[in-house]
Amino acid sequence: MQGGGFDLLAGLPATPEGGVYLDNNATTSVAPEVIEAMLPYLTEHYGNPSSMHRFGAAAGDGLAMARDQVAALLGAAAPGEVIFTAGGSESDNLAIVGTLRAYPDRKHIVTTAVEHPAVIGLCRDLEARHGYEVDYIAVDGEGHLDLDQLREAIRDDTAIVSIMMANNETGVLFDSEAICQIVKERGTVFHVDAVQGAGKLPLDMNRSCIDMVSISGHKLHAPKGVGALYVRKGTKLRPLIVGGHQERGRRAGTENVASCVALGAACQLAAQHLDDENTRVRALRDRLEEKILASVPDSVRNGDRQQRLPNTTNISFQYIEGEGILLLLDRAGIAASSGSACTSGSLEPSHVLKAMGIPFTSAHGSIRFSLSHYNNEAEIDYVAAVLPRIVARLREITPFSEKRATF
Amino acid sequence: MWKYSEEVYEHFMNPRNVGDVEEPDGVGEVGSMACGDALRLSFKLDEEDRITEAKFRTFGCGSAIASSSILTEMILGKTLEEAAQVTNEDIARELGGLPREKMHCSVMGREALEAAMIDHYKRLGRGVPCNLLTQGIMVCHCYSVTRDTVRNAIMQNKLKSVEDVTNFTKAGGGCGDCHHDLKHLLDECWEKMEQEGEEEPAGTPVPLEASFVDTSDKEQQGQQEIVRQITELFANDIGVALRNDGGDIELVRFRDNKVFVRLTGNCAACLASEATLKGYVEEQLREHVRADLEVIEVKT
Repeated sequence: MQGGGFDLLAGLPATPEGGVYLDNNATTSVAPEVIEAMLPYLTEHYGNPSSMHRFGAAAGDGLAMARDQVAALLGAAAPGEVIFTAGGSESDNLAIVGTLRAYPDRKHIVTTAVEHPAVIGLCRDLEARHGYEVDYIAVDGEGHLDLDQLREAIRDDTAIVSIMMANNETGVLFDSEAICQIVKERGTVFHVDAVQGAGKLPLDMNRSCIDMVSISGHKLHAPKGVGALYVRKGTKLRPLIVGGHQERGRRAGTENVASCVALGAACQLAAQHLDDENTRVRALRDRLEEKILASVPDSVRNGDRQQRLPNTTNISFQYIEGEGILLLLDRAGIAASSGSACTSGSLEPSHVLKAMGIPFTSAHGSIRFSLSHYNNEAEIDYVAAVLPRIVARLREITPFSEKRATF
Repeated sequence: MWKYSEEVYEHFMNPRNVGDVEEPDGVGEVGSMACGDALRLSFKLDEEDRITEAKFRTFGCGSAIASSSILTEMILGKTLEEAAQVTNEDIARELGGLPREKMHCSVMGREALEAAMIDHYKRLGRGVPCNLLTQGIMVCHCYSVTRDTVRNAIMQNKLKSVEDVTNFTKAGGGCGDCHHDLKHLLDECWEKMEQEGEEEPAGTPVPLEASFVDTSDKEQQGQQEIVRQITELFANDIGVALRNDGGDIELVRFRDNKVFVRLTGNCAACLASEATLKGYVEEQLREHVRADLEVIEVKT
């Protein structure tokens, strides 16, 4: 760094080796056990699972094992309820478009204003180009859903209700089971995007009325490019990808065997780590959040404190902008993300924070820290020590303060 | 992640001249917290009207802070008349370039400079020498962008689309009500540039959609719909594919089911452009717009 510059790290403990990764809601590292499980399916077991020889059989066995493991994490009644896909976005698209195709007379969809782009972007497209009507249920300032509005929104021609389990930006949880009761009273198909929830919270489809659940491999320590859609037996669904018998005709194309095996192994690992996630990781998250809120003036948590994923905290730093915080964090070896407009390339800050009524002044300076099983206390304390300096630095530069919040 | 130049990082990490000039001769404030970026620039002049001190405070992303920082360095020692010559392009160039989506940061620097000069003359109780300024009427109310800011950005940077204008000035990035006005400004500027014999860039501007259409009034609506669909495909799906390879495509004219296009960037010089046009673009248009469309390349 040049003379007279800002010495970010002076007097702080050394940066933990390899940096501190707190962006696990964006993507996760692939677990060593997962890599070990998938490698043989890239080398010796390279057969096509549909083939009539031992190469095919070995691949087929791996695929069957993986399906069992995914079904186990979801608490599915049968492994046949699991469709492997190329990821969470495909699972969401398959659930929604596949249902619309199965019910061609129903032209209405219900979702929320805070869904992941895979759902909200699809719904906007269906609305704009394909003649569907969509209701986006609102949330309050804490991120909770208006269940009365949901009840009123469902119509006789509603094809599907798609509502996430946990919000990717704030971690705020929706009560999928309570919502399911409301949806099933109306006899409508209910899809849950559980991409952020799976592996962090218990799932038990056997005791649920949810019809479909999306999960994504790379959010739970499997590689990118693989996911699954749980489809309850008897649920009507038309395929998106046609031209092969695979996945019982619901998703054509030779299976990505090694990645499916990885997803299976990751699901098994996630089940083993579920306790750790909800005790140790939760405590680390709380420690980070408490330290930051206590040490940084004008910092505010976004979203309900209780009804939340154990690994996520979303904090707004008033009067400064998120991209600057991320760039300085990155210089200190810390990875996080922001709901600011500048980081997304659009001019609008996060649609989630906007839907919660978080003012622009807060939304632009919002930072999401999302932890994983692989984080430790030393890392958390390091981040908590660096962050106040970064915020103070940017507040030296900003023209805004409590005295004058904007021009 | 944005690809920022070393200069941007350097000015972001070690910003020069942060703060407020004491007893300033001019202060300019532009942007707002709601916009996502804002800048206050203040300066002090000596007896010969040279800027002896310039300071800034910025709320915004890395490139906004870097743009402000380098601006203060660029105007130091200059007379107001000289400082007025600093354009947003100059700011971006000094920073070793900015990502296209971040060009509005350099525009904000230029605007703050103007605002500070206006303030200076106001303090003197004098009119502002008109050669110093490009102030004007608001076109985008969401982001408080003036017509002249948009005009300047179009002319200086040869902007061709509303999306470009938004990237450079933020105008049109909010409610979208001004998109129509922005298109008019694009047309107006390009007409002016062509009249003035400006060197025509690789691509000609896309004028109002209606002017593509050479048909009777009856058919006009249907034709306009096709033009709209083609334009949209060029802006999105097809355009993205070509832009990934460093090229681009624009609609020149649509008549009798013939789609006249111009390839730009890498595509223009590409030997495989015929294959791109017939094998890809035409196929896409036939699939998504109408089965009988024919694509014809217009060489400049």
